[in-house]
Amino acid sequence: MHIEVTVNGRLRSADVEARTLLAYLLRDEFNLTGTHVGCDTTSCGACTVIWDGLPVKSCTVLAGQVDGGAITTVEGLEQDAQLHPLQQGFWDNHGLQCGFCTPGMLMTTYALLQRRPHPTETEIRQAISGNLCRCTGYQNIVAAVQQAAARLSAQDAMEEVQA
Amino acid sequence: MFPNAFDYAAPTSLDEAVDLLSRYGDDAKVLAGGQSLLPMMKLRLAAPAWVIDINRVPELDGRRESDDALILGALTRHSAIEWDRDLDADYPLLRETAALIADPLVRNRGTVAGSLAHADPAADWAACLMALGASVTARGPQGDRLIPVEDLLVDTLTTSLELDEIITGVTVPRPAGRAAAKSLKLERKVGDFAVVGVSLQVEVGSGGAVSRVGIGLAAVGPTALRAREAEAVLMGRPLGPEVIREAAALAAAAADPASDRRGSAAYKRDVVRVFVERGLTAVQHRLADGQALGA
Repeated sequence: MHIEVTVNGRLRSADVEARTLLAYLLRDEFNLTGTHVGCDTTSCGACTVIWDGLPVKSCTVLAGQVDGGAITTVEGLEQDAQLHPLQQGFWDNHGLQCGFCTPGMLMTTYALLQRRPHPTETEIRQAISGNLCRCTGYQNIVAAVQQAAARLSAQDAMEEVQA
Repeated sequence: MFPNAFDYAAPTSLDEAVDLLSRYGDDAKVLAGGQSLLPMMKLRLAAPAWVIDINRVPELDGRRESDDALILGALTRHSAIEWDRDLDADYPLLRETAALIADPLVRNRGTVAGSLAHADPAADWAACLMALGASVTARGPQGDRLIPVEDLLVDTLTTSLELDEIITGVTVPRPAGRAAAKSLKLERKVGDFAVVGVSLQVEVGSGGAVSRVGIGLAAVGPTALRAREAEAVLMGRPLGPEVIREAAALAAAAADPASDRRGSAAYKRDVVRVFVERGLTAVQHRLADGQALGA
């Protein structure tokens, strides 16, 4: 089947089998290998991407379902060679060790900060409860998200002052 | 992993969806949220020849309220309920339950109606909606019919839906009196199947006596169960420690759990007792504190 989907702001198309899953569309057809496939059974969250504004596990969505939709992957976070404040937060706080879960963690917390710009620690921990990390014990991931939330709201405040 | 090959249809109207189901019957599966269906297809536990994706059917979206009920469209996602604090005033059990389902990412896709149609005995919605006395509307070639959730769930992964019927919405009755609710779930880790789940809602009249109560049990039988005898013992009496303990014992007796790697039958039965006691006690405090409808 023929699919057209906006990925990280760019319209792309592919011809795939109906049984193709979104994670494999992104990785195999569009070469966006930042989206990781971990468990492939809707458990680990490494494959999380944003689909029309909500984070979802892309191993459990058919490619055909996103036809006409918009996807943001981890490759869409960096702008003009500048890390997104979340990515910088993970860097500064050692929010990863092996890095396998990181793309999913970033996309889930990106969506969290869009919905709740000032999350409590509990809200952060609840938000990432569908993303498994076997290295960090989560503490530094939470710290990274807290740093990003603070930087993003400081940025917003600056923009308001300038406007 | 990937499913067996199948043909994919994405109807854009309800009539078209029902036509496709009538045509393909047992060879077709309806794709709503897909959070149970797709994993089952990847594990080859399901291998439909046709997947009918109803996500582009606008009639199945959204929800509306009538004087005496809330009607959830079949595509209502768990997270849409979880995030809507306005529901707490009249329907306090819905958000309680939604927040316990799977994990936040699954909740962004999974649907209330899809969970009911899948009929997993460990599902959170089945116990919740049974406790609330909810019904589903099913559309088939002959038109609509209303099915109480209790009659919908026949056995594990088996519903009373005909092969050419599709759930279009879920009707949740509005409480007549002051209501408070509690959902409890024991799971080994986030996203795992429930070891035991209990969803309950209590309505009280002006004197504080129980005027309606629903107690739904998850993962302790071939379908979700309603603890009818426990409900009966509470009717007409004010909530208090003694009657709560009595009801908890009756609910435990109503449970029909199986021993598996999540626990022995005896253990699960006792968790039912503890959860019903905790849940009713929480509800008693909420009613006393005025954290309830009409307070």
